This record gives sequence, C-alpha cells and structure tokens, in this order.
Amino acid sequence: MTDTLRPGTTTGPAPERVSFFATATAQRLLAFASLIVMVIVFSVLSPNFMQTSNIIAILQAASVNGVLAIAVTLIIITGGIDLSVGTMMTFCAVVTGVVLTNMGMPLWTGVIAAILTGACAGFASGTFVARMMIPPFIATLGMMMILRGLSLITTGARPIYFNNTPGFDQISRGSLVGQVFPSVPVPNGVLILFAVAIAVSFILNRTVLGRYTYALGSNEEAMRLSGVNTAAWKTAIYTLAGAIVGIAGLLIASRLNSAQPALGMGYELEAIAAVVIGGTSLSGGRGTVLGSLIGALIIAVLANGLRVLSVAQEWQIVAMGAIIIAAVYADQLRRQKTG
Amino acid sequence: MLKRRSLIASSLALAMAMGAGPAMADDVTIPLVSKGFQHEFWQAVRAGAEQAGAEFGVGIEFVGPDDESQVDRQIDMLSAALANEPPAIGFAALDTQAAIPLLREAQDKGIHIVAFDSGVDSDIPVTTATTDNVAAAALAADRMAELLGGSGTVAVVAHDQVSATGVDRRDGFVNRLAEQYPDIEVVTIQYGGGDHLTSTEITRAILTANPDLGGIFGTNEGSAIGVVNGVREAGREGLVIIGYDSGAAQQDAIREGLMAGAITQNPVGIGFETVRAALAAMNGEDLPEIIDTGFFWYDADNIDDEEIQAVLYN
Repeated sequence: MTDTLRPGTTTGPAPERVSFFATATAQRLLAFASLIVMVIVFSVLSPNFMQTSNIIAILQAASVNGVLAIAVTLIIITGGIDLSVGTMMTFCAVVTGVVLTNMGMPLWTGVIAAILTGACAGFASGTFVARMMIPPFIATLGMMMILRGLSLITTGARPIYFNNTPGFDQISRGSLVGQVFPSVPVPNGVLILFAVAIAVSFILNRTVLGRYTYALGSNEEAMRLSGVNTAAWKTAIYTLAGAIVGIAGLLIASRLNSAQPALGMGYELEAIAAVVIGGTSLSGGRGTVLGSLIGALIIAVLANGLRVLSVAQEWQIVAMGAIIIAAVYADQLRRQKTG
Repeated sequence: MLKRRSLIASSLALAMAMGAGPAMADDVTIPLVSKGFQHEFWQAVRAGAEQAGAEFGVGIEFVGPDDESQVDRQIDMLSAALANEPPAIGFAALDTQAAIPLLREAQDKGIHIVAFDSGVDSDIPVTTATTDNVAAAALAADRMAELLGGSGTVAVVAHDQVSATGVDRRDGFVNRLAEQYPDIEVVTIQYGGGDHLTSTEITRAILTANPDLGGIFGTNEGSAIGVVNGVREAGREGLVIIGYDSGAAQQDAIREGLMAGAITQNPVGIGFETVRAALAAMNGEDLPEIIDTGFFWYDADNIDDEEIQAVLYN
C-alpha cells in the first residue's frame, strides 16, 4: 500500500547492499508477523478467542484508536506530536451531539459538523505550531485542555444521547458487509477505519501534500530555503489530521450512541503507542499509515487476548508497556544495521 | 527479527504465567466488569466478590477501566468477558445506555447479567446490587442539621453531575435539607470529579467566598478527602465536615475530629451480593429487582464497632 519512494529515504547515498531485514518493508512485515503470532498464540491458548464475535469486538476496539493513530502519524512524520487528539475527538462528538440532538438537524449534518470541527481545531493547532512557532508539544497540550474544557462547557458535563437520530448508531455499529454476507458482520466502523487508512496512504504517497509531510520531518529548513511556504503546508497537515480526528469522534459517538464529554484523556497516548509500534519515528521524516494500523491492531489484540485468557488486569498493563518497549527496541536494532 | 518476536513472546508468556493461573483453577469463573480498578472502593468490591467466590467455590475475574470516563474501554472489557461465555457476568455500567447492545448479546447467549453499584436503562439485568444513595445522602443531611443545631449555611463538594451516584447523593442531601430543615441554606454545589486535589482547591475557594460557612458535605471518598485537605490548609476550625465512603485518610480525619462523620456504603457487601445473585440466577432462583446492600453512619464514637469495621476499607 505504501511502498513508493519517499523524500526521507531517498536523500542520503544508498548503501551498497541493504539486507532485507533492514528495509522499511521488513519493519512492516515484522510488525505484521508479530500480530499474526499473537493471534495464533491466543487462539491456541483459548478456544474462545477465535470466534467471529470476538474478532469483531477486537476490530471495533481498534477502530477508534486506529483512526486517531492515523491522524497522529501525519503529525509525527512532520516531526511534531499531537497530544490533543483524544479530547479533540470528544469535542467533535459533542458538537455532533449539539447539532443532531439539541438542534434536531438531519444525520448528514452531524457527519459534516464532526469533520469540520476537527478540521477547525486542527487548523488552530497548526497555526499555533507553524505560524506562532509554539513547540508542538506545548501547543497541542494547550489544545488538549482547551478542547476538554469546551466539551464540558458545551454539554454542562452531561452526556448527549442520540436517541432522536435513528441510524446514527449504525455509522459504527451497523454492518453493510453483514447485509451481503450475514456470516461476517464486519461493523461499518471497521470499514471506515480501512477507508481512512487507504485515503491517507494515498495522500502520503501520491500527492504533493504527502511528499511535503515527509520533507517537513526530514529537513524543514532546506524545504523553506528552497522557496516552499512551510508554514502553510504544515498548517494544512494539522488541519487534515484534525478532520481525521473528527471521523474518530463520529465513530466513538456512534459506538456509544452518545457524546461523553469527560472521555478522551489518555487516548492520545494510546494512539501514539500504536504509531511507534508501527515503526514511525518520533524524530520525524519516516513512517507509514499501514504501520500505525497494524500497531492499533496489535494493541487491540493484546488487550482483548489477555482479557479472554483472564490474565489479571495488573499484568495486562505490564504486558502492554513491555510490548511498546520491545517494538521500539526492535526498530532501533534494525536502524543500527542500516547505519 | 527473532529478537523482537521472542521479546514479545516472552513478555506474553510472563504475563500469562503470573496472572492466568489462579483464575483458571476453578471450573466456573464469573467476570465482574467494574467502573474502576485501582480505586480503594472498587478494590473493596473486588475483595467482597472474591470472598463470595471462595465461599461458593467459583472463580472471580475483576476488571475495570482506569477511570470512570472511559465508557468505550469498559465496553471492550465486557466484549472480552462475553467471548468466554461465562454463565453470569457482574456489570457496573459507567453509562446507563451504551452497553445495551452487548447486554442483548449476553441475553441471547443465555448469560445472566447482575448489575452492581449502578443500574442500566434496561430490564436485562436479573437484579441490581447497590446502595440506596438517595436515602444514604438524606441521612448525611439529617446528621448535618443535627450538628449545626438546625440552622446555618452548607456547601456540597460533589464528585460529578452525570453518574447516578453523583446525582442521587447530591439530590438526596439537598432535598432532605430543603424539605425538613428550612433554616439551613445550601450556598453552593461544586464538582471536583472525585479528584483529591481538585476537590481541595474547590474547598479553599468555597471557604474564601463564604466566611460564615457552617458545614461541607463531600459526596465520595475523593471529594471528602479534598474537603478535609482544603479545610486543613485554610486553617478553618469549627466546620462540620461530613464525608462519604471510607479509606484510610477519611478514617484518620474522623478519629482526629476534623471530620464529624461519614456515610459508608458496604462495598464488600456489593461485591459479595453480586456474586451470590449471579449464582442464584444460574440456579434459576427468583431475585428482587434491587438488592439493597445497605449503608451506615459512622463517627468517632462508633468507628471501632465491629459492625462498622466490617464495612470500612483502607
């Protein structure tokens, strides 16, 4: 899906012979292989793991985090970080709740409202980072709090339910696939995750915006000196990431059939974990959507598998931390080999 | 490549070896999907459930999200619990509606759902094991009125305005004062999310704004400890502080005399009754709609009574 050449990897002189294990493709294959190994291990250890309903539960658990991870991937490739995605997602869900439930507008307006709200919030973050030169960590930390506060203010700290908008819960919970193939009721939320992944992969690999995303992360100064308006492009990337977070907001609101204003803190860290497990470098210039997607699936499989095996919750947390460190360490080893 | 794989495999194996053993030893395991995990209150519920598990010979698996806002995480936990098709599941819903599709799935699979701590908007649960929070908070109001001598001003530091427990305790307290004690005025109700520090700051602000304040009611453990901290920091004396639940800090405050007393639920009883109800449902017995697990008033005089010590947790 994402095997085209990228500015970040084509600039330096290519090594004479790069071993297969040191290539970016191998990194993704490794992540994918780890995912498969986990699925096999859990299937062997518990007969209840490999059931259609449980696999669907895993995919559904991965859908919101996966979409958030894709948004964060864009930001991290530019060399930034986004701590606001969790509460931004919540704020988008809240705005959708206001539009659909409080104002009684039709379903499609809620969808537009969520994506537009995310884009506006992303544009604000992008402006802080690219034009006002506030470090991304600080700018998005500020946005995280602002958006959390706004969600609580807008709702009076009470959840907004979507009971008056029939069909809203079908965005995530319904299954178009299930209507055609009743034995595999893959929820729409999962299809949306894959659609977002394909669209963003396309943008990263086939468009100017994508090329500039990698270029910003590898050498922003060179890019600026060659006459590119880096601030404008960077703002555009934050805006795009925000719109994707808006989609995550729709997914979670639809899944819970409500906008929960207090939710969202901590979700940014899980999204970042999925991104780094997927092999995206926190120093920027390198990373793929497919990797982050696999990262989100690894987290979901691990969480679900350990629960199905009745592993004590304390140990589930330990295992999750160990996986993150192991994944990034493997990535370090691979890169040392590359030189 | 091998390194990465073996690291993952070994960390998995480690986690499984250390965690999975005891839960798998029993033939029947009843999962309890709680609202929280590391909080002392929930650990006391867990202790009660495990006590019942040991008594009736079933395994207990207790899980819950990191904090009480993570509605979707709780649903993922419930999904995983359903995958094992246990005969019954205990469930303390964070949101009264969000889990209903999964509860229907449980019903289709013939899994009995026992609600605990708070109910859901559905008739699927066979029963709900919970405290009557309205009555418990009304008792707090009675004590407050008694200690203030029937007149004065009070403030409420509540944990939230969303959950059933937050709303019931606030309303139970405020309504009882309004109905029976017309000379006591509630000057402000503020929400600290049950967070110790936030509740401390709120309390300091309330004290600054109301120099003549007579008493404060903290609606859960975190709120009550926050109130105690705030009053201590501000150096105010003569306030009537009433708390809710227990925990070591609150018990110390009561022994020291800083806190007049508190309402305690029976978290151990909630856990115990949930498991007992699950087993009764599995045996086809009829259950009441609500199992009231009870509450008590405790203060410096009765804190060491056996009956009270049995329901307090540290």
